[in-house]
Amino acid sequence: MPAQVEPAFASSAPATGFADPVHDAQRAFRAIMTAMSRPGHRQDLDAGALRPPAPLTPVAAAVALTLFDYDTPVWLDQALADTTPVRRFLSFHTGCPITTDPSEAAFALISDPARMSSPADFAQGSLEYPDRSTTLIVMVGEISAGRQVSLSGPGLNAPVSIGIADIPSAIWPQLIANRAHFPCGVDLLFADRGGLAGLPRSTRISLERG
Amino acid sequence: MYVAVKGGEKAIRNAHRLLAHKRRGDRTVPDLTLAQIAEQLSLSVARVMAEGSLYDLELAALAIKQSRGDLIEAIFLLRAYRTTLPRFGYSLPLDTGDMLVRRRISATYKDLPGGQLLGPTFDYTHRLLDFSLAAEGGVPPERPELAKIDDDDAKIPRVTDLLGQEGLIEADRPAGETDDGDVGDLTREPLSFPADRDLRLQNLARGDEGFLLALGYSTQRGYGRTHPFAGEIRFGEVEVEFFAEELGFAVPLGRVQVTECQMVNQFQGSAKAPPQFTRGYGLVFGQSERKAMSMALVDRALRAAELGEEEIAPAQDQEFVLSHSDNVQATGFVEHLKLPHYVDFQAELDLVRRMRREWQERQTAEAGDARQEAAE
Amino acid sequence: MSALDNTARADGSEGSYNFAYLDEQTKRMIRRAILKAIAVPGYQVPFASREMPMPYGWGTGGVQVTAAILGSDDVLKVIDQGSDDTTNAVSIRAFFEKTANVATTTHTAEATIIQTRHRIPERQLEEGQILVYQVPIPEPLRFLEPRETETRKMHALEEYGLMHVKLYEDIARHGHIATTYAYPVKVDGRYVMDPSPTPKFDNPKMHDMAALQLFGAGREKRIYAVPPYTRVESLDFEDHPFQVQRFDKPCALCAAEDVYLDEVILDDRGGRMFVCSDTDHCEERRTAGHRGEMAGEEIAARLSAGHASDGEDGQ
Repeated sequence: MPAQVEPAFASSAPATGFADPVHDAQRAFRAIMTAMSRPGHRQDLDAGALRPPAPLTPVAAAVALTLFDYDTPVWLDQALADTTPVRRFLSFHTGCPITTDPSEAAFALISDPARMSSPADFAQGSLEYPDRSTTLIVMVGEISAGRQVSLSGPGLNAPVSIGIADIPSAIWPQLIANRAHFPCGVDLLFADRGGLAGLPRSTRISLERG
Repeated sequence: MYVAVKGGEKAIRNAHRLLAHKRRGDRTVPDLTLAQIAEQLSLSVARVMAEGSLYDLELAALAIKQSRGDLIEAIFLLRAYRTTLPRFGYSLPLDTGDMLVRRRISATYKDLPGGQLLGPTFDYTHRLLDFSLAAEGGVPPERPELAKIDDDDAKIPRVTDLLGQEGLIEADRPAGETDDGDVGDLTREPLSFPADRDLRLQNLARGDEGFLLALGYSTQRGYGRTHPFAGEIRFGEVEVEFFAEELGFAVPLGRVQVTECQMVNQFQGSAKAPPQFTRGYGLVFGQSERKAMSMALVDRALRAAELGEEEIAPAQDQEFVLSHSDNVQATGFVEHLKLPHYVDFQAELDLVRRMRREWQERQTAEAGDARQEAAE
Repeated sequence: MSALDNTARADGSEGSYNFAYLDEQTKRMIRRAILKAIAVPGYQVPFASREMPMPYGWGTGGVQVTAAILGSDDVLKVIDQGSDDTTNAVSIRAFFEKTANVATTTHTAEATIIQTRHRIPERQLEEGQILVYQVPIPEPLRFLEPRETETRKMHALEEYGLMHVKLYEDIARHGHIATTYAYPVKVDGRYVMDPSPTPKFDNPKMHDMAALQLFGAGREKRIYAVPPYTRVESLDFEDHPFQVQRFDKPCALCAAEDVYLDEVILDDRGGRMFVCSDTDHCEERRTAGHRGEMAGEEIAARLSAGHASDGEDGQ
């Protein structure tokens, strides 16, 4: 198995986790769940006193602490994988195994969206088990009611336009292709400084003109 | 904010009070102690621990007391309690070869290394009610002579290992397959089909004794015959060890009592492989030979596909067996029919009434047509 | 050291349970399944359902979903057959009051989470509300094909012909589709889904609902979801379009029309009345001054006061 667990007791203590693990995780989960059920509608997420080691951001750390544990292999992008304190933070607080194989990751943490790999590299699930796919957590500068793409589909009573800073425009056609494989495909959570937006595979994406 | 609701709440409270009262029974009769249950109803305790999937004599005894002796209810209590327990990891595999054996018999050899050790068994007792037990504070039974068990001497070879040395029985796992330590766990990943043998065995170990007994019996009556021999049944204590990552070595957690049954089944062979016996396996908490043997029979039956046998009998059908073996699930769903269903029943009533009306109209119309025709 | 000495006590004293009973790891597992369910609307996500302290078939799936999403600032409503005071609804509500110390309500409008068995409230649900269904058999194809391996393939290949054949056989035999509850729906044009045993009267409410709908099947270990504003169509045929049942009379207590009614037998001479199955809806209407034909009678008072009995002191 390529998955490996970092030793839990390393030299210096990692940054602290949730102050109130039960209720902080519940609040974060509700924000994540609402984000996933209302694609493109940004949800505030207060990461409280979380000060994870950079480049992991507080909001992404809150998502990680809410959803990761030793049952979820996690893939890290280069910038995160190269940062020992990040690996130690995740291992200490969640016990998640870190995998280098994106196709066996339950979650992927992406801190550098400009160099983000194609969604097709991650676990897509199968027609019989579409749930066995990766959820991508992408750390971005800002989620705004911008003009990059228009979203429609389940969760949306009217199409919603969003713009996501730092996302290379080449990703959008790849995400349109991701939708075409439905029910297989990955789901995405974009995390900015104070909130998140969901982009489940069920969402139909069209590029905004101009 | 708390909103009191009408009716139901008070009724439930009163029903629970009545239940507690009935559980206690006649208050002039002394209250049962957990020690009494654990010591004197130890086979009930064993069954509750086995099917409740939690090894704790005291909690199992408590569950039996609370459930008024309804063992499936007690199993359910233990399972629900188990849900609240944090999980620290997996123990190392038990080594039943290193068991401190209390009982060990083989039906396939008259005598064998380690000998036949009868131990505490109902076998060969005459099932006559012993009225001396009815007298309170009666004479305690004579103390048995206990052989001194020396840990080193106690290692008794398994019958299947003896057969294995000669290659007469299939290896524990198919050739080429190694122990990757990756054992499934259906309490953490729901069962998906087809299920591998590790998951099937886990399912059977938690499964209802009565259900497995009936299925095992059915294989003996021709519904998926497997020609079984009780190669060995052993009961005793085994050490549970946990590998502590931080320490880098295994620490003993304590001993548990288990019953293991190794069935030696119908041989097979082909042009490529010489004939050899096949296995069916059963392992249960506590002393429960009926369950361990039934489990071994059903395990072997469920291997039909793997061994190239035709799947025709219920005991060979893994979706059927594994989906219905859990008595906590089964009792819940059967008994849920007691819950109100009046909304759905109303929908059915409405439809049946409408269809009867339409049927009546058709009959009348047809009768009318017939009269018309007769008149013409 | 014995487990009796240091862990949750059977007397259920406050503070001895995890918040909402489940441990954090179980909640995480359920939460992950819920997110997948939302991402693939109508698809049944397998999850490692736990044994709960109520029996399988009595709402363990709904309870686990509710326990995984519930927070201390939520307001919970629990209904069974549309009513807040049926015994099982009372028992589940009491469970969450005890283990999560959460506020509860009978008013649909006040609730942030509504756990239900067999009904969807009459009042239109709003954005931000969550409807949690208790599901006994999540597989809509189960009674056509008992094998999980087969039904899974049928969903994978979107092969739903068997379901249409079954519905059409009904029409051939009875002149009607004879399914009155648990009437299959198609979600966002892809997955055929079991709406749980709600009467088909409630199916249209699922379509384009503003609230998030979550479905939990504990014994069968499946979670599925319909996000807000999602297409939910009841299966039908061009020549036999889907229709809901209609009642001949309005509610005898609050005169509501276009609601689902329960039949109450009044005597052994065929006397019966029809009243709202959604008790909160009925009460609100009566408070607002609506009067049905039997609103003034003694039976109305008795129905409003609840009629469950513990069997010790008789009806």
